[in-house]
Amino acid sequence: MSVRKDEYSVGKAIAKGDLYTKLSAVFMGAGMAGHKQIVKGILVFLCEIAFILYMINKGLGHLSQLVSLGDAEQQKVWNEAKQIYEYTQGDNSQQILLFCVVTLFIIAAIIVLWVLQMRHSYKLQKEIEKGNSVPTFKQDIVSLFNGNLHITLMSLPCLGILVFNIVPLVYMISMAFTSYSKEGEHLILFDWNGLTQFRRVLNMQGNIGRQFWHVLGWTVVWAIFATFLNYILGMILAMIINRKDTKGKAFWRFCFVLSIAVPQFVSLMVMNIMLQPNGAVNVLLRNAGLIAPGASLPFWTDVTWARITIIVINLWIGIPYTMLQVTGILQNIPSELYEAAEMDGAGPVRTFFSITLPYMLFVTTPYLITSFVGNINNFNVIYLLSGGGPTFVGDTAGQTDLLVTWLYKLTIDQQYYNLGAVIGIMTFVILTIITLVTYRNSASYKNEEAFM
Amino acid sequence: MTAMQKKRNRRNPRRVAVNIAVHILLGILAVIWLLPIFWIILTSFRAEPGAYTNTFLPQGYTLNNYVKLFTDRNVINFPKMFTNTLIIAIICCFISTFFVLSVAYSLSRMRFAFRKPYMNLAMILGLFPGFMTMIAQYFILKSMGLTEGSAIRIGLIVVYSACTGLGFQIAKGYFDTIPRSIDEAAIIDGATQWQVFTKITMPLAKPIVIYTVMTSFIAPWVDFIFAKVLCRANADQWTVAIGLWNMLQKEYIYQWYTCFAAGAVIISIPIAALFLYMQRFYVEGMSGAVKG
Repeated sequence: MSVRKDEYSVGKAIAKGDLYTKLSAVFMGAGMAGHKQIVKGILVFLCEIAFILYMINKGLGHLSQLVSLGDAEQQKVWNEAKQIYEYTQGDNSQQILLFCVVTLFIIAAIIVLWVLQMRHSYKLQKEIEKGNSVPTFKQDIVSLFNGNLHITLMSLPCLGILVFNIVPLVYMISMAFTSYSKEGEHLILFDWNGLTQFRRVLNMQGNIGRQFWHVLGWTVVWAIFATFLNYILGMILAMIINRKDTKGKAFWRFCFVLSIAVPQFVSLMVMNIMLQPNGAVNVLLRNAGLIAPGASLPFWTDVTWARITIIVINLWIGIPYTMLQVTGILQNIPSELYEAAEMDGAGPVRTFFSITLPYMLFVTTPYLITSFVGNINNFNVIYLLSGGGPTFVGDTAGQTDLLVTWLYKLTIDQQYYNLGAVIGIMTFVILTIITLVTYRNSASYKNEEAFM
Repeated sequence: MTAMQKKRNRRNPRRVAVNIAVHILLGILAVIWLLPIFWIILTSFRAEPGAYTNTFLPQGYTLNNYVKLFTDRNVINFPKMFTNTLIIAIICCFISTFFVLSVAYSLSRMRFAFRKPYMNLAMILGLFPGFMTMIAQYFILKSMGLTEGSAIRIGLIVVYSACTGLGFQIAKGYFDTIPRSIDEAAIIDGATQWQVFTKITMPLAKPIVIYTVMTSFIAPWVDFIFAKVLCRANADQWTVAIGLWNMLQKEYIYQWYTCFAAGAVIISIPIAALFLYMQRFYVEGMSGAVKG
């Protein structure tokens, strides 16, 4: 691989290339056009023209504002003729920043294209020197459906990811270093302000910092409970249903799967309503005489109650999922292991902890990591159940808010865009650390063949 | 296990007791799991108005909630939301299915320099909170003019389907379990990769194709948060999920609560049916994904 890379590097192409190859450093596609690939050369050259036109018309203008992010305020001007105040259009920093990010991506794309076409021209030149035939345009098209099928299949999905995932991410990350926020009226015009917001979030003494550590703590506690309780209980449920002696396996499985077949936002909203102070659950308890008439259990109003309720409801959703996912894998456990355990006189509990759990942990570590990440970013459960509440007066984060729901509140409700972006980046950093550490320490990474 | 042993086991009183206990436990759990579903179905037929009542079971039953849901179009136009969501779901279904299967096939069957980096990138991107990109996506769509009027629908389609190429894991896991020797034999017989993809792998991977089609179709019905951010107050562009959510907000809940229940039931029936049908494909894909 590395040998081939060296063979057709850009440096060599410039040093040893013939006239056409060298020419393509300035006129992209010249190398291809000069080496019998005229159509491809013209297409690449058109890309270059389009790029230059874009830069002259728009790109350079955008980039020139990258440092200041615009500073012309909206002005109110008295129009004598119409006898009204008119507004002149001021700069909009958020738009300027977005266009700058897009322009930078376009520049990066043209650089990549430049490198590729340089190497390609040099390769073509070498092939011709060796007397090999060069694929025609038609052959290239045909190969897009054969040897190069991945290019055909993946270019559109990759474009989608680039435009609607990577560009937005870079844009959001860059927002973290600005003063884009409702605080101080920086919603239309804002500037770069470095690491100020990061310092604010990490500072435990400040109001925002205190809330951050608080929310972070609950997020981690929640994710651990939600992931592992679901995992273990779901696995036990699957094993109970799959026992030899359990009758009506399909029926039981159906009962539990039905609850996740209902769309999640529907069941979450229903749960939320059922557990309100006057909701169905309290009514049921009152009618049964378990609590006094008029009294109600504080499912959403008391912090501890709300937290436990959320974890329990998440079990209601998560256990059937785990059951569904692990059923197939559980049946893959070699039966010799169980037979050996039975011979040694191990009871069901012992067997579970010595055989089933280690095996499952070994096989499903990647799945566990994914579900842990999913739980840290579990927006729906919190937002639709408790809405993050109960909230202390003066705080932006509620007692059951996760980092994601707090991020939502900070950006959509409060319009503290820069703080929201910082929270997003912090979430990413935390998740990266957790993922790497767990993965490195997992049995499947350390000892790949333990159960093979 | 011999027949003798089996007989002994069945008579063993301890074993019988355990079996009874297990079935009772499963019964209790099943009741807990089904209770909310049972309750929402009853509520959808409840005759008394309002969100909260003094009894767990309705006092009277009626079909009016369903009738109102489909005929009262002034405040919350449910039929319109239903068509909105249906259109979006159908288009998304085509695009996402193509994206997911293409990416999964390429990663499973082709070998190219960008393969490993792509898989790592997908993992890294998955670590960012999805909501973080949402805000920026909103700004991007806004600068494209896709956040006003009926263009919102296009915006939603774009957002639901654009990044689906990142969710290839289950389909790839399934493709990985199809023996490569089948492809190789076809290629020796002169088939192109494209033919292998469409004529050999797709039919063999029918379960996962069905699974992908269904999940892509369901996604717009159950997404709630992005539709809310993008539609804002444009009530005629609302999808079903936002409509239902709004029925539970303070200003509507008294009038619309039982209709919410009716809407929830109506939406849940087809989605639940699809889900129950595709769950076995999901299980197969999962065990494939874990193995691979």
